[in-house]
Amino acid sequence: MTDEDRPAATPAIVACPDGPLLVRGDVDLVDPQGRPLERHRRTVALCRCGSSAIKPYCDGTHKLKHFTTGGA
Amino acid sequence: MFDLQQAIARAVAGSDDLLHDDDVQLALDMLYELHYTGFDEADDGWEWSPALLAGRSLIEAAFERALRASVPMPELPEPRADAVAAALFELTAPTPGPGLARTIEREATDEQAREFIIQRSIYTLKEADPHTWAIPRLRGRAKAALVEIQSDEYGGGRAERIHAALFAGTMRALGLDDTYGAYIDAVPAITLASLNMSTMFGLHRRLRGSAVGHLAAFEMTSSLPCRMIGDGFRRLGYGVDVTFYYDEHVEADSVHEQIAGRDLAGGLVDAHPELLADVMFGAAACLVVDGMAADDVRSAWEAGESSLLGSAVRS
Ligand code: FES
Repeated sequence: MTDEDRPAATPAIVACPDGPLLVRGDVDLVDPQGRPLERHRRTVALCRCGSSAIKPYCDGTHKLKHFTTGGA
Repeated sequence: MFDLQQAIARAVAGSDDLLHDDDVQLALDMLYELHYTGFDEADDGWEWSPALLAGRSLIEAAFERALRASVPMPELPEPRADAVAAALFELTAPTPGPGLARTIEREATDEQAREFIIQRSIYTLKEADPHTWAIPRLRGRAKAALVEIQSDEYGGGRAERIHAALFAGTMRALGLDDTYGAYIDAVPAITLASLNMSTMFGLHRRLRGSAVGHLAAFEMTSSLPCRMIGDGFRRLGYGVDVTFYYDEHVEADSVHEQIAGRDLAGGLVDAHPELLADVMFGAAACLVVDGMAADDVRSAWEAGESSLLGSAVRS
């Protein structure tokens, strides 16, 4: 089996309760013009509370805001 | 002839507060260091010297007893991944009010901020290493999670991004010595106890649950304080060469805390419900011991003193 035949691990997005969206796997993160966003690590956490100072990434501020997702 | 076991037994029995005992914590730190990068002057074979290991276990038994006596056991959640993650996030929830990171952010002097870096250097120059011992003791989801976190800590394959190397960069930018152990004689026992505790959790398979809980609590109490500390150094006029380590951790630990809570700690308890109490103890112990270390630094500063031993490092 060559590398090309190997099944690529399916990318996955984990909706963390009361927290960010954890993105694992081979996903393009781009801005509206399609330009790649700076990405420093394989797995990233995307802010979904809207309060992060380093958007689109989570910086933990959701905890200060007591952000809740109602279990989703 | 000098009897090592007797000397250690006497030192341990004669100590009324092992977590704050400079001699005992330094001895344990040195015995553990034989398993890390060692000492130029010590024979590598000492790592497995039966006499040293026997002495070490005397200290460890007393140290573990002291920890269990000082750390209130949190209420145990249901032994399920989601409940464990929720309990850990609750245990580690940011507390309003003063704390060491806030002091650095708002009012620490230049000298105090450098002193803080010296205190942190004992662990951070070997950041992630204590928990790495746990990897071969785990399986499945918990193991994958720990490797994922550690890989990021170790720079994802790039030596210059190893977090310990980033911290060494911060030290150099502040004109501090980034040689491992350069400040070992300057830090108080509780700073050594904090590293010793995580090494003990990591080296003993029996305590693997506590190693996992410890890492989870550590990651969960990192991103917000790291931002404050970075802001503190910016307030003091320092640039990105000093703050980069902290800026990096704001983002990194917001990822790690999710993985550590759900997949590492949660995944471990899902597979091994019998380790639940160990996981929660490790998390609570991290908060209590690191809290003591931070409180000692702040009280020294409030009294107008240095938190370091002697005045060796006023450069
Ligand atoms: S989800 Fe974490 S800061 Fe918004």
